[in-house]
Amino acid sequence: MFFTYLRRELRRRRKAALVVALGLALGIGLVITVDSVSSGMDQAQGKVLKSLYGLGTDMTVTKAASAASATTRPQFNFNANSSGSSQSSDRVLVQGFQTLASSTATEVGAQPHVAKAVGGLNLQVLKINGTFTQGQFQPGQGSGQGSSQGGPGGGQSPQGQVRGGGAQFDANSYSVYGVDVSDLTLGPLSSSKITSGAGLTAADAKAADAVVDASYAKQNKIAVGSQLTIKGTKFKVVGISTADSGDAAADVYLPLSRAQTLADAKDKITTVYVKASDSQQISAVKSAIQKDVPGTTVTTSADLASTVSGSLSTASSLASNVGRWLSIAVLIAAFLVAGLLTSSAVSRRVREFGTLKALGWKSGRVTRQVMGEALVNGLIGGALGIALGLAGAYAVTAISPTLTAQLGGGGSAPGGGGPGGFGGGARQAAARTVDIALTAPVSVATIVLAVLLALGGGLIAGTFGGWRASRLRPADALRRVE
Amino acid sequence: MYQLTGVTKRYRRGKDTVDALRGIDLAIADGDQLVIQGPTGGGKSTLLQMLGGLDRPTNGSVLLDGTDLARLGETRLTRVRAQQIGFIFQSFNLIPTLTAQENVETALVPLGVHPGQRRQQAAEALESVGLGERLSHLPSELSGGQQQRVAIARALVKQPKVLLADEPTGNLDEATRDDIMSLLEGLWRDRGLTFVIVTHDSAIAKRAPRLATIRKGTLTVRESTPS
Ligand SMILES: Nc1ncnc2c1ncn2[C@@H]1O[C@H](COP(=O)(O)OP(=O)(O)OP(=O)(O)O)[C@@H](O)[C@H]1O
Ligand SMILES: [Mg+2]
Repeated sequence: MFFTYLRRELRRRRKAALVVALGLALGIGLVITVDSVSSGMDQAQGKVLKSLYGLGTDMTVTKAASAASATTRPQFNFNANSSGSSQSSDRVLVQGFQTLASSTATEVGAQPHVAKAVGGLNLQVLKINGTFTQGQFQPGQGSGQGSSQGGPGGGQSPQGQVRGGGAQFDANSYSVYGVDVSDLTLGPLSSSKITSGAGLTAADAKAADAVVDASYAKQNKIAVGSQLTIKGTKFKVVGISTADSGDAAADVYLPLSRAQTLADAKDKITTVYVKASDSQQISAVKSAIQKDVPGTTVTTSADLASTVSGSLSTASSLASNVGRWLSIAVLIAAFLVAGLLTSSAVSRRVREFGTLKALGWKSGRVTRQVMGEALVNGLIGGALGIALGLAGAYAVTAISPTLTAQLGGGGSAPGGGGPGGFGGGARQAAARTVDIALTAPVSVATIVLAVLLALGGGLIAGTFGGWRASRLRPADALRRVE
Repeated sequence: MYQLTGVTKRYRRGKDTVDALRGIDLAIADGDQLVIQGPTGGGKSTLLQMLGGLDRPTNGSVLLDGTDLARLGETRLTRVRAQQIGFIFQSFNLIPTLTAQENVETALVPLGVHPGQRRQQAAEALESVGLGERLSHLPSELSGGQQQRVAIARALVKQPKVLLADEPTGNLDEATRDDIMSLLEGLWRDRGLTFVIVTHDSAIAKRAPRLATIRKGTLTVRESTPS
């Protein structure tokens, strides 16, 4: 009788059932959409962070910024007598001018809950070439080479034409990253794919091989097999890499020891890339490193994420705050409305339930019937809500609004000289902007959540109605209600 | 069968109290028929609720075969209703979404009758009130008289000892009224039920063997030997 009665009620009182279900559907649909949009935001942020860090990096370790960083301004020595001849000179600078000992990577790797720690060396190469006609050379465009932090947006290599008295020069700057070839799964290069040629391998530890980022290669007409001369050393380009995020961490990748030699930084690194064994342990690992490896700054993805600004972070906080609260509010309202509607539906059926009790139906049986109806209403609402939510998420993905993320607080870092937090990690960009198209992926967990919410909504509605029904007396069969 | 002693019922609504029954003493023998009359608001329905175990009196006892319904717990009272009492209402009180057959079946649900047998018994009960052809009709597809027949089938399908009817013809036209009354009287005679009926129908009152009148909660009984 339970199912017959349930089926008949739902079929013959379709409208009432649909009203309850629609209310729940609205709430559940909103939850799914907001949930998927905010996981899309997370993905977008993840992409932004990955472009800096490389895949799987949970945190970076750099040298702690010291107040008076020994900023040695680069000097160029040109042969001032050979007037009119073409000359070229490279200066290889350690990015941020701050280095750690290579052994730091090992030290960090020995910390508890650290799965892996790989060191790398970030370099900046300034190439000046041109003709010199007896005169005075003024380096760069003022601050051009001075403070690496102060440079303009790092997307393109800044080129400044320098004219001294009778001299015409091109200043060209590009970034070099020294890769620890013994482990290529962590660090900046891990977020790039080799799109032509071969990548660096463990066998390349001492080789004069280089991998060049695709966009830099295109700009400078470099291909696999080309030769690259850095500070007089010839490197063979073995591969071209393309960054997954479209924004590479460096222009040129060299084996670590080669990079160290170029920069006169033997056994020195700028950054240690760390992967924790468990994402729950990240903050524990951070404090352990800060305690046990003095003089370092540890930057986690979360720290980094907090420096992300621009429309992505605005939208992201909108989704996680306003969106979440809105969907919770709508959900609570939907639950309440479903409960009240169910309860009022019971009120309209006072005589019906009273009659059943007069016929000898136990209170529990009547309550169960009401509960069953409400649960089915909830499930119908859940199904509609999932459909609504999927439609919403699909619409967001189809429109895929573009969000921009600004990293590093738009060059607001004071002091300038130091490696300013994570900045010591990748390229010289103080502030860089990444465009990301927003998607709204719907996960299985979200669907499961929706089903649970539907059941919860049905249960709440059923409790309202069931409570009302349980209080009816058999004498209510004689009540004049219409 | 029934023995009522000093039954009072006081309804409370906020500060107001209504004494619907004021000390009713009444005995109804097995297989008897009792017709209850009285002005509106006199307490007829309230008395019927006491007899049917739909409500408990404020004071006094309602013995049904020696069991005091006034002191029975809810579970056992529910069982008494399910097993022994058939109730017929003025406005039929059928479940609007269930078919005639399913409506009759609802009376067998608390008795734990097997579904197959339940359907069978319900069909037979409908047959006995002349609705064998209307098993799968919804209440809204039946006339008032037919709906009341379904309700009668529902009241009798469990073979109760007592049949209580509260103005069963109150919502029916004259021709149908006589149909239903003769059906009920026939059933009472054939099945040896104890039958208590509240009615305004003076024709029925005239030929009633026992006529009770309730005014302002007080009962007077007139015994008469039918001519
Ligand atoms: N649930 C209740 N709460 C409060 N007062 C009630 C309740 N039920 C009945 N009453 C009151 O008790 C009195 C008797 O009511 P009852 O329904 O028994 O009268 P009745 O004789 O059946 O009248 P009618 O012929 O109109 O059906 C009336 O005054 C009525 O208002
Ligand atoms: Mg009445």
